[in-house]
Amino acid sequence: MAHGGPAGEEEVIDTSPVVGDEVKYTTCYMCACRCGIKVYLRDGKVRYIQGNREHPVNRGVLCAKGSSGIMQHYSPARLRKPLKRVGERGKGEFVEIEWEEALSLAAEWLGEIRRTDPRRLAFFTGRDQSQSLTGWWATQFGTPNYAAHGGFCSVNMAAGGLYSVGGSFWEFGEPDWKRTKYFMMFGVTEDHDSNPIKIGLGHLKTRGAKFVSVNPVKTGYSAIADEWVGIRPGTDGLFVMALIHELLKAGKVDLDYLVRYTNLPWLVIQAPGTEDDGLFARDEAGNPLCWDGEKQAPVSALLPEVKPALVGDFTLPDGRAATPAFRLMAERYLDPRYAPERVASTTGVPADTIRRIAAELAHVAFEEEIVLNVPWTDWAGRRHSKMIGRPVAMHAMRGISAHSNGFHTCRAIHTLQVLLGSIEVPGGFRYKPPFPKPVPPAQKPAGKVGEVRPDTPLPGPPLGFPMGPEDLLIEADGRARRIDKAYSWEAPLASHGLMHMVITNAWKGDPYRIDTLFLYMANMSWNSSMNTAGVMSMLTDKCPNSGKSKIPHIIYSDAYFSEMVAYADLVLPDTTYLERWDCISLLDRPICHADGPADAIRHPVVAPDRDVRSFQEVLLDLGARLGLPGMVDADGGPKYPGGYPDYLANHERAPGLGPLAGWRGVDGRKHGRGEPNPDQLQRYVEHQSFWHYELPDGQKYYKMANKDYLEYATTMGFIGKPDQIVMHVYSEVLQKFRNAARGHGTIQPPDSERARIEAYFDPLPIWYVPFEEAAVDARSFPLHALTQRPMFMYHSWGSQNAWLRQIMNRNRLYMHRAKAASLGIADGDWVWVTSHHSRVKCQVKLVEGVNVDTVWTWNAIGKRSGAWALDPDAPEAKQGFLLNHVISELLPPREDGFRYSNSDPVTGQAAWFDLKVRVERCADAEFGETAPQFPTLRKPPGLPDTPKVSRFGAEFRKARTAG
Amino acid sequence: MHPAFSVIFFTTASGAGYGLLALLGVLGPAGVIPAERWFGLAALALALGAVSLGLLSSTFHLGHPERAWRALTQWRSSWLSREGVAAIVTYAPAGLFAIGWVFLERNDGLWGFFGVGTAMMSAVTVGCTAMIYRSLKPIHQWHNGFVLPAYLALALVTGALWLNALLHLFGLGHWAVTATALAATAAGWAIKAAYWWFIDTNAAISTPNTATGLRTGRVRLIDAPHTEDNYLLKEMGYRVARKHAAKLRLVAHGTAFALPLVLTAATAALPPVLAAGAALLAAASVSLGVVVERWLFFAEARHAVTLYYGAEAA
Amino acid sequence: MTTLPAATQKKLGLVIDLDICVGCHACVTNCKEWNTGGHMAPLTDLKPYGAGVDGVWFNRVHTFEVSVGDDCRTVHFPKSCLHCETPACVTVCPTGASYKRSEDGIVLVDESKCIGCKLCSWACPYGAREFDTDAGVMKKCTLCIDRIYNENLDEVDRVPACVATCPAGARHFGDLGDPTSPVSRLVQERGGYDLMPEIGYKPTNKYLPPRPRRTRSQQIGAPEVLEPAGNGDRLLQWVDKLLSR
Ligand SMILES: Nc1nc2c(c(=O)[nH]1)N[C@H]1C(S)=C(S)[C@@H](COP(=O)(O)OP(=O)(O)OC[C@H]3O[C@@H](n4cnc5c(=O)[nH]c(N)nc54)[C@H](O)[C@@H]3O)O[C@H]1N2
Ligand SMILES: Nc1nc2c(c(=O)[nH]1)N[C@H]1C(S)=C(S)[C@@H](COP(=O)(O)OP(=O)(O)OC[C@H]3O[C@@H](n4cnc5c(=O)[nH]c(N)nc54)[C@H](O)[C@@H]3O)O[C@H]1N2
Ligand code: SF4
Ligand code: SF4
Ligand code: SF4
Ligand code: SF4
Ligand code: SF4
Ligand SMILES: [Mo]
Repeated sequence: MAHGGPAGEEEVIDTSPVVGDEVKYTTCYMCACRCGIKVYLRDGKVRYIQGNREHPVNRGVLCAKGSSGIMQHYSPARLRKPLKRVGERGKGEFVEIEWEEALSLAAEWLGEIRRTDPRRLAFFTGRDQSQSLTGWWATQFGTPNYAAHGGFCSVNMAAGGLYSVGGSFWEFGEPDWKRTKYFMMFGVTEDHDSNPIKIGLGHLKTRGAKFVSVNPVKTGYSAIADEWVGIRPGTDGLFVMALIHELLKAGKVDLDYLVRYTNLPWLVIQAPGTEDDGLFARDEAGNPLCWDGEKQAPVSALLPEVKPALVGDFTLPDGRAATPAFRLMAERYLDPRYAPERVASTTGVPADTIRRIAAELAHVAFEEEIVLNVPWTDWAGRRHSKMIGRPVAMHAMRGISAHSNGFHTCRAIHTLQVLLGSIEVPGGFRYKPPFPKPVPPAQKPAGKVGEVRPDTPLPGPPLGFPMGPEDLLIEADGRARRIDKAYSWEAPLASHGLMHMVITNAWKGDPYRIDTLFLYMANMSWNSSMNTAGVMSMLTDKCPNSGKSKIPHIIYSDAYFSEMVAYADLVLPDTTYLERWDCISLLDRPICHADGPADAIRHPVVAPDRDVRSFQEVLLDLGARLGLPGMVDADGGPKYPGGYPDYLANHERAPGLGPLAGWRGVDGRKHGRGEPNPDQLQRYVEHQSFWHYELPDGQKYYKMANKDYLEYATTMGFIGKPDQIVMHVYSEVLQKFRNAARGHGTIQPPDSERARIEAYFDPLPIWYVPFEEAAVDARSFPLHALTQRPMFMYHSWGSQNAWLRQIMNRNRLYMHRAKAASLGIADGDWVWVTSHHSRVKCQVKLVEGVNVDTVWTWNAIGKRSGAWALDPDAPEAKQGFLLNHVISELLPPREDGFRYSNSDPVTGQAAWFDLKVRVERCADAEFGETAPQFPTLRKPPGLPDTPKVSRFGAEFRKARTAG
Repeated sequence: MHPAFSVIFFTTASGAGYGLLALLGVLGPAGVIPAERWFGLAALALALGAVSLGLLSSTFHLGHPERAWRALTQWRSSWLSREGVAAIVTYAPAGLFAIGWVFLERNDGLWGFFGVGTAMMSAVTVGCTAMIYRSLKPIHQWHNGFVLPAYLALALVTGALWLNALLHLFGLGHWAVTATALAATAAGWAIKAAYWWFIDTNAAISTPNTATGLRTGRVRLIDAPHTEDNYLLKEMGYRVARKHAAKLRLVAHGTAFALPLVLTAATAALPPVLAAGAALLAAASVSLGVVVERWLFFAEARHAVTLYYGAEAA
Repeated sequence: MTTLPAATQKKLGLVIDLDICVGCHACVTNCKEWNTGGHMAPLTDLKPYGAGVDGVWFNRVHTFEVSVGDDCRTVHFPKSCLHCETPACVTVCPTGASYKRSEDGIVLVDESKCIGCKLCSWACPYGAREFDTDAGVMKKCTLCIDRIYNENLDEVDRVPACVATCPAGARHFGDLGDPTSPVSRLVQERGGYDLMPEIGYKPTNKYLPPRPRRTRSQQIGAPEVLEPAGNGDRLLQWVDKLLSR
């Protein structure tokens, strides 16, 4: 039929336009999820980015950020050329310089440090996806002062998991989306598994599985949950322990699983006052013992054919008393203080609800058991004809981790999973290779006394997993050796460092002064710092005597004009994710999923139109200039003259092990281990930029005890040897610290730290009131204040995106309607939010779906005026706000005036969500603009004027109609 | 709805013009108004000028005025198209009628027939304009039985008051015109009052529940899809404050109806010069009043799309 | 032509599952990305880096709360053109720019005819039409007409961009005129419904309602509470058995 006007002119529609003249596959980096993307180019311009259907992470879908990659890539905030500061730091006065000048200047500063005291370099990387390179670089440089963002992010989850079950939540494990029938999610709005979680939830809901979300806020995932548990922040540990209490009371525990896969049958020495108290009884070979119920004797708990007792008092051959860890665990949680009615008021979860959820968990785990007729062989070589599944799965993230009790809460959740027998079984929580790893992983942090020397690499990587006080990085007098005080008595198991403390400590010169702060991809003068205003002034502060900056040099690599740029002395402009080589390595944070390992690359799909260089490239160049071992060849020339791609293909971490696992060996036929393959990157490009190996069915579950899998993992270098990985519900490592605090051993905490170590290094999960809440007056600061990640923004970097900022460019404080009414606050009112530290002014939005004692806002929507190439009066700056201003990096002072960092006492995890505030309506005259406000940042030289109209895409249409 | 100046000007000016044209077309042939050349020139020029200016101004708010001719093509379904066609068609009898009156000083017979034709086409055109709004189901304040009569009546009111003023200026005042003006104004007032009563007492059929299909309780917007105003909100999210609207309604009552009624009634009793002044004042008053009324017609109209943006009722 | 076809051969449209939509806005930006270079290109943005930024979008996601207290549900609500069967947005158009295709029911704007009178956007109760001030024409969702028949795309990709990208799988595309199509069956099974049926435009797109919450244990066949396995000192009695490793 003809459409159209009188002349019958019907619209001619080109229903089959050619989308692009070129299609390239690479990996998204609008966030850390690492989805595969298919990029259509037209005349060299990005026309369309779509999800790669073959890709194991996103299977064709793309989130809101990934779908806005075009605007990220063409952002007017992109830095264009190296910049050298000329005015005062923080004023944003720069001149453009050539790369040669920039690199030689950096090499000069760094060379001087390396020749004298490598510790004076603090190298911290934020949203780093190349930690295997950056960490190695730091090692070769010789500074222990290295970490990525994990410490302020979710180290509680990583450490909580790795010290308990050898794997963790975060993106390192996943629910068995296809098979689970009951899914509990604790404190998640997005996670790094952004798309996988959404894909998974969609499937799970379509199948009719029950989904419970435990979260003070009901948005996003919680909104589609079958049940929302609007818990009071910081109390999940108690809630979970009450569930454990109910299960134990009813005997709804998978004893066979516990006996086979956990250390709960191991005998714990009961010798109060001695240095072995609470440690495992061991035989001469060091094997832990259990009590064989048949033999009525202690035997090695690692033998396959034992019949371990789980309860009872036993006497060891040496006469000491011992009891199975299970018994200690059970007695603890059977205590009436964990009864549902006792925890109801603290958690805000009604006792009936707790009892019911416990009953539901037990029902699904034990009555709805699933069986896969898949034979497998256990670690001891025994064949099993099927795989038994307890289809209860759990997932948790920052709602658990970002509290000062998060490490223990995370362990409590793992304990609950273990008791239900639901880890790494069909329908349960599954490890993603390279996990599981031995508990904890074997790597220890380097940087002890004597390990940091001029012109010398560290003997090992700066980050690792202490097994006891002997692995701490402390001076003889107990003081911290790292600038962030990781692995000190203040944060002994800080396996990701404490990035949130670097600037404060460096400014104070505590424990010592540094020379250069070298940052990469971290917006430390804004959203990734606590006490943002304070941090800004620390970055610009000078010694009154010398007039020199307290932090003498700051080098920063960013791709965009972020708030941090103004505080750098030297800015190294990075490429965008579509312009560079990158590697998402198995040595680092790969894209594996539970069915098998996978890794990926990025490769340049468009050439940079600016004088920018990828940071990896720059790092290798600097390494060569500094003569770092491994980065120079025998003649002192660069080892990787081909830059980062050269390194990716040819670097070997151990013989045959390199950054990429696919297509190894000279002919590219090997994977995992094999000689470097000169064509490796080409193979990746041909295979849509990723490599993936699917495990045989018999290796997909029980990986911690699956002989075939463990052997495979050993050849891949995931683990050192194919031994069973036993889950540690009872943590001997923690007990060792506790014993040190009790006065045993050669390395003991200073007196001021003893009580704290003793209290928080309980070998079994404990719950305590989060520190800030415990320290401030509940009447002055009655409300919890949280942030959540918007699904369509990535921290601070989404707001430069012309599309994403249209969805949200100002944020409000969400508050329960009833609570607001009681405070005389109406919808849309402006309020002051005051913490023990500071206050912010913002506008409220009243809702039903939030815990009544909680207020919250979206994370990192608020921007500093002028940053990100936005107009100075952009709503991001004038009506948006950053909650970070009221979060202190330090806790209120202890009696002696000492202020601990606002962190978990075990891992040093930043306790963002411990924040307590009061909210008061502000005077009408104060309405309209958020506070605090800061002077407008000046745009660096070379950045273009922003357009008043964007007609992106018009050119494609023209090209179509023309051709 | 956003009260766009060009649309308000268009509907008021063209309404007045067509009202005037229609009255000339009927009252001329009926012998109430003599076929006096200069009066005819003034009145017809005013009427056709108002209509033409209105039509012209209505193209100002178009994205592509140069394509305006296309708007004449869809008269089978579109009231806007019909309005355009009717407006253009009206020029034919109106032109002939004007030739008769101005050049031949005839408004009777065949020429009068053109007058009646003009009147009919004027009514049709104003009716089409009204139907553009009347037919829009998403807007409760427009999609009701009062809109068509109100448009017709207001065109007549303004036309009559303008006519009365003109006649007085030319010393041709006639009781029948005064009576027509009085009757039209009273009727217009009644219709408009009824319209306001209707929109104040009747709720739109659509609610947040029907808009979303979520029917288990009260539906409240938590987050809009965008934090800045977009086209929809700028165009259709306009909301006039209740207090403000009430004040403006008073102004409209006064200037569009009450004052013109009093002034027009007074023309009957006043000496010619004063009567002419009063009639002129009445015409000015109603012109202002109708602008205010028309502004309110838009400003008080709530589009169903606002239900998606937090409006509790449309 | 702005008179509606008497019948269309197909009724292509979307089915949106409100029970699964997590409000991620992926469909929103992917739509923007596809279409800003697509059939109606560009989807212009005004003041893209300033205050008062305002752009043309074909798909938007609202978030609502329904009801109060324990019954309260948060619902994410995506909305684009519903490709109505009898929409006045087409019939009001004076120029013939707005039309409904007889072959598949897709409602489109022919930009070359549009005079930008905006009347069609007034006639749409759903806010599905957005005016491009810069181009002076009305724009709207094309149901990705340049994708769904696109022979240059892989067969699997011949669905609207918003459907292909939705991570949660909350969006479905198909022929709602065919009662046996997967989308029609989904609508049948889940009680899919129309938005604002009272307006009478007969939207083609359907919404699947949020499923009732399951906060009672019987709903999954579980007991309300667990029975204790012992009491007092004998609480752990059940553990005392011979287990093998
Ligand atoms: N209140 C509150 N604060 C928080 C959190 C919270 O929940 N609440 N979360 C915390 C957590 S978990 C994290 S991880 C941090 C994240 O905070 P940050 O690590 O600061 O993360 P971003 O703001 O995303 O980005 C950091 C910088 O990377 C730059 N960048 C982007 N792409 C590139 C690139 O390709 N190359 C280079 N060189 N630079 C690039 C950006 O421009 C930006 O300046 O925030 C923390 N802060
Ligand atoms: N779109 C998007 N995706 C991202 C990011 C992003 O910025 N944007 N950032 C990435 C990064 S760096 C990280 S670390 C991950 C983090 O991913 P998430 O862990 O999902 O991060 P948050 O948004 O901080 O979510 C924390 C959730 O915990 C809840 N919560 C707070 N306190 C408690 C509590 O005591 N108990 C419980 N049960 N819940 C609580 C909050 O309400 C919130 O819903 O996301 C990654 N993915
Ligand atoms: S989740 Fe989104 S932003 Fe993150 S990598 Fe995947 S597509 Fe890109
Ligand atoms: S992409 Fe899917 S889940 Fe996300 S907002 Fe759109 S419909 Fe909802
Ligand atoms: S949703 Fe609106 S624009 Fe789309 S067909 Fe229906 S009425 Fe027309
Ligand atoms: S804006 Fe364009 S498409 Fe809409 S009614 Fe007017 S001419 Fe038709
Ligand atoms: S069908 Fe296409 S044009 Fe319509 S909303 Fe979806 S992506 Fe946008
Ligand atoms: Mo993070």
